[in-house]
Amino acid sequence: MAEQNDYKPFLMKIDKIIDEAPEVRTFRLLFQNEEEAKAFRFKAGQFGEYSIFGEGESTFCIASSPTRSGYIECTFRKAGRVTTALSGLEEGDTIGFRGPYGNIFPIEEWSGKSLLFIAGGIALPPMRCVIWNALDWRERFKDITILYGARSVADLVYKHELEEWAARPDVKLVTTVDPGGETPEWKGEIGFVPTVLEKIAPAAANTIAIVCGPPVMIKYSFPVLLKLGFQPDDIYTTLENRMKCGIGKCGRCNVGKHYVCKDGPVFTYSQLQNMPAEY
Amino acid sequence: MENKTIQHTQLLALLRKIQENERRLIAPQRKGNQVHFQPAGAVEEIPFDYIQTALSAKSVLFPPVEELMRYHQDENGVQIDERNPDLLPETVAFGLRPCDAAAVTYITRQFTGDKPDLLFRRRLEKTTFVTVSCARADADCFCTSVGVSPGDTRGSDLLLTPLGGESYLAEVVTVKGEALVALAPELFAPAAAVKKEEHLAQVPRQFDLEVLRGKLDKAFDSPFWEETSLRCLGCGACTYVCPVCSCFDIQDEGSHKQGMRLRCWDSCGSSLFTLHASGHNPRHVQSERWRQRMMHKFSYMPEQLQVPGCVGCGRCLRACPADMNLIEQAQACIAAV
Amino acid sequence: MDVLKTRAQELLASGTVQTVIGYGQGSNGRSRALFAQTPQAAETLIWDDTCQQNLATYLFKPEIRQKGKAAIVAPLPVLRSVLQLASENQVHDGDLIVLGVNGGELTEMATLQEMEAHVAGRDLSLDARDHARLQELDAMSLKERWQFWQEEVARCFKCYACRAACPMCYCSRCTVECNQPQWVPVPAHQLGNWEWHMMRAMHLAGRCVSCGACGRACPLDIPIHLLTIKMEESIFQEFGIRAGARAKAENALSSFRAEDKEQFII
Repeated sequence: MAEQNDYKPFLMKIDKIIDEAPEVRTFRLLFQNEEEAKAFRFKAGQFGEYSIFGEGESTFCIASSPTRSGYIECTFRKAGRVTTALSGLEEGDTIGFRGPYGNIFPIEEWSGKSLLFIAGGIALPPMRCVIWNALDWRERFKDITILYGARSVADLVYKHELEEWAARPDVKLVTTVDPGGETPEWKGEIGFVPTVLEKIAPAAANTIAIVCGPPVMIKYSFPVLLKLGFQPDDIYTTLENRMKCGIGKCGRCNVGKHYVCKDGPVFTYSQLQNMPAEY
Repeated sequence: MENKTIQHTQLLALLRKIQENERRLIAPQRKGNQVHFQPAGAVEEIPFDYIQTALSAKSVLFPPVEELMRYHQDENGVQIDERNPDLLPETVAFGLRPCDAAAVTYITRQFTGDKPDLLFRRRLEKTTFVTVSCARADADCFCTSVGVSPGDTRGSDLLLTPLGGESYLAEVVTVKGEALVALAPELFAPAAAVKKEEHLAQVPRQFDLEVLRGKLDKAFDSPFWEETSLRCLGCGACTYVCPVCSCFDIQDEGSHKQGMRLRCWDSCGSSLFTLHASGHNPRHVQSERWRQRMMHKFSYMPEQLQVPGCVGCGRCLRACPADMNLIEQAQACIAAV
Repeated sequence: MDVLKTRAQELLASGTVQTVIGYGQGSNGRSRALFAQTPQAAETLIWDDTCQQNLATYLFKPEIRQKGKAAIVAPLPVLRSVLQLASENQVHDGDLIVLGVNGGELTEMATLQEMEAHVAGRDLSLDARDHARLQELDAMSLKERWQFWQEEVARCFKCYACRAACPMCYCSRCTVECNQPQWVPVPAHQLGNWEWHMMRAMHLAGRCVSCGACGRACPLDIPIHLLTIKMEESIFQEFGIRAGARAKAENALSSFRAEDKEQFII
């Protein structure tokens, strides 16, 4: 059929499964069709609809970087019907993928600036894409700071990559766990992300802040960033909302007059200020 | 395009001709106290003496349940079988009102634009709309408040206006309308000068759409929503009878080995509509969901699609078990905000 | 009905209740639910033949519950709904004041005992029109009846107005809203519709007060109330009990006695 059926997914093979944290997994996916693999392009910030046939589809960002070709990755937590079924799959199994959908982090506009990444818990995956993209283009940016926190040490995702980032001299990594979430060996910070943010007080001048986390973390991080001098246009976040079609047709994911799937998921803080608090 | 006239008996002959031509004819049919769109049986049974059908004709383009694809999985892998949209039937949808036809153009904007929907587009290409203007309206009709008129030609391929007696003005609006006339041109006669407006229902305007939009743009946080929606029961009756509402769900049915992926109607009035798997729900009370309905129709759609999300057909007023009455809601919003 | 308005106004003015749930003038010949929170608002209460909606369904709406103690205008079906809800521990003594209306008479009931006593004297048999329709269906052969319901159920588009209008459907998470597993399919195809309507009839068996609100709510005039009403008539024949008559009652289909016909629990 010559015309595009936007609901037909690409068939993907699960190449690798990584257990990140309790109930959180990463899938590395390969396109089964070589032509599709070659033609596939995406940019940091975009997401897809991942399906398990017989159960349905679920929305996850593409958690790998477009600078690394040949595969895509997604990270998800077991929460509902589809993610529970996905959690039961094995390497070699087939799933569906539709995408890339949504808008992008305008990473090319950030050349010459410093980048501050702030993430909480399961919200590191949407950021991982843009973090890896930035690190693969390291020479374009000044300072890169990553602040990442989770409820407990066990809940930190991408533990192996956190070690890599910590070891790099050109990245400042600050990790934190919620009070009570530390283990005796824990050497990082202890405190909620917004509190630690205020403590480390990164410079706002010529810096782009990218924030992603549970609603309560975001709510308390924005005021800290503004206090530190960040401009609303220089603060980026990525929203999530219940989705089905992912392409702006089913009417489900809107926040006010914007569809998260089409006008987002990446929004600046100044855009958010003009949107109703319906997310 | 040309204007013609046609007599009632000739109209029935045309409809019969359409059936003989092996096109699917969807037409109104009485069922108890209501009139519904159905595949037509004997054309003599098509009613003409009612004001509005209970359900819109949107299922001709956007069915309540539609198969998107089938899949099966075995040791060789997964196979996806797409539907062949060329197998969709050629259809003539007869008896829509001008509000319903205008609604077709609105949902066309929703389903086309970037990433045009394949199945919707094919159905639209294969459907000819024969619309009948309104000689009568009731107090639930409010097309003129939302920029539609009882003789509106938008969305129609052939628009028939009853002229009293047994004849209709037949406006051939599009190329598809011409093709329909060409099936039996002898059934039509040339039109003498006719003042169409004299044969249309009078529908007094109930509110100003632009004023409403302006109020809604400021109304998100207003306490108005809770009081005004107290009696709303959160069912989906208004959504499903509406010719413009087109929100949908995607559901898989079958086993992991084989089954189908379906698209089906959904309603923003449902408590599940925006529920996240985590349990978080951005619209967790009915007043927030009622607000979404009003905002989407009268603020967001005008912004996104340059048309309102309502054609004033009045079906939601007639269908609502709680008598929410969209006209009153619009007026109340204008007054309160 | 002046005596109703006056009493409602007194209850509000004295602070005995914070809301009066009643009927008000609707649009185009309809009535609608009214939630009077002030004596002025209570002036618009009506009681006439257009007042058919079962108001008891609003007792569960969070926005109404949070307004405080309510009085509810109650024709017999609404009163019976309140009693049935009481027997299911959803309404407790002192939760509500019931303003029973029957023709031009007002009977105020503040306790479940008073409500029971009031129902005890009333005729609980079916309304004549519903009775006639049930007889029509009973007169059909099994095949004809199946055909009738097949056609009716096929028309359903799963708006769930029936569920929303019914006071007995108060589950905060309805079975159809569960997707692990998806007990009842979401789409409105014939099978999915059947599963919904059969499940609804079974879940209401022994609990339905035959108010007909579901059938009236249906935007497509599908006479689904006849399914649940028929269940009620069958239960009355088999067990001699009616829903919504007692404040403490066992449900016919979930109570067991040694003398039951079946030898094991089905």
